[in-house]
Amino acid sequence: MRVVSIEGVEAEVEQGGTRLRARIDLVENVKVGDYVLVHAGFAIQTLDEDEALETLRLLEMLGMGIQSTPD
Amino acid sequence: MALRWVSEFRNGRVAQRLIERIAEIADRECTLMEVCGTHTMAIARFGIRQMLPNSVRLISGPGCPVCVTAQSDIDRFIAIGQVDGVVLATFGDMVKVPGSQFSLRDARTYGIDVRVVYSPFEAVELARQMPDREVVFMAIGFETTAPGIALSIIQAENERLRNFFIYPANKLVPPAMKALLSFDDVRIDGFLCPGHVSTIIGMRPYEPIATDYGKPCVIAGFEPLDILQAVLMLLMQIRSGQAKVENQYRRAVRPEGNEAARRLIDEVFEPQAVEWRGLGIIEESGLKLRRKYEHFDARLTFDVQVPQAKEHPACQCGEILRGAALPTDCKLFATACTPDHPIGPCMVSSEGACAAYYRYREVSLS
Repeated sequence: MRVVSIEGVEAEVEQGGTRLRARIDLVENVKVGDYVLVHAGFAIQTLDEDEALETLRLLEMLGMGIQSTPD
Repeated sequence: MALRWVSEFRNGRVAQRLIERIAEIADRECTLMEVCGTHTMAIARFGIRQMLPNSVRLISGPGCPVCVTAQSDIDRFIAIGQVDGVVLATFGDMVKVPGSQFSLRDARTYGIDVRVVYSPFEAVELARQMPDREVVFMAIGFETTAPGIALSIIQAENERLRNFFIYPANKLVPPAMKALLSFDDVRIDGFLCPGHVSTIIGMRPYEPIATDYGKPCVIAGFEPLDILQAVLMLLMQIRSGQAKVENQYRRAVRPEGNEAARRLIDEVFEPQAVEWRGLGIIEESGLKLRRKYEHFDARLTFDVQVPQAKEHPACQCGEILRGAALPTDCKLFATACTPDHPIGPCMVSSEGACAAYYRYREVSLS
């Protein structure tokens, strides 16, 4: 879910029109605009954009039938 | 883009190619277990079981927190609710689970005060608002839920809130995975490891399962491409005779996990042997409050007697939770037992295998 605003240890998070309040004191350095996993009222991790793009790149290569990575 | 990192992982063309690759290398019968209720739901919802070749079997494990909670714990929690002045607070999933006598929902008709909360902090807030009542929160869930519960205990302690209690029933996933490998009636060739639990515990706790038990482990995300890629990674390990821990869900799971969250668990709780529905008592697989926080333990404060727990004799939740039976093997499935009239917890929780099979039983390859 995307962090919309932060007030102390609480954030407002949003996904697909659903808004929730979540505690953010279990994760470090959360900023507005970050994507976080929320579980039972707590953000438990931020999503890493570089890693997401890397996984998608690998999947896309698999999709093209390339089976090994160039680097 | 509100649904970021969702639609990209649902690309049908890439999914098709992954399925082809899986079919190419699936040269032997193998059974893979998903140990997370959210995976169970995603696999049913997207019809992933039906996309895979017949030789690759996906079975569900003990990944639904409500389902694995022992009947005796549910009975005792309800009994505590009968004590004068007590308010029970619980996650919504728990309310419809049948106890030996009745469920929490039915308990309301007997005058027991049951409140549904979304997070443990709402239970703390209830305790603040009702200083003359005693609020008891049912602490279920795995490593993902435990840090938040630990934080709520610390907060209650800091506020000297003496009318807030928990019923400690949190469980730990890796000890249960090891226990599953000791059952004679279940064959598991590899594990799809739980993505959310792994954000907390990281990769290391799975190492003994790979090295000592020789079972490949892949931590997986929850979108169709995540699950298909993780299945492919497991099959590649199996085919090459390897068993190691790999991380498919790298955008969310750091190898070291979430250390701050683990420190919180460790501050408040320590491991103990606990009973799991279907799996029996497993050493070091649950969390109890450390001595310093023992005064929050509802079991020590409210001394209630409960009769021997009774489960429905025909309900196969136990076998289903350890992968020894499929929901469709149970005689009660979709006949006597439905989400509206659940007989066992696997049909109650949205993360339960029976509920997932029931809800998506019409899903086919699309």
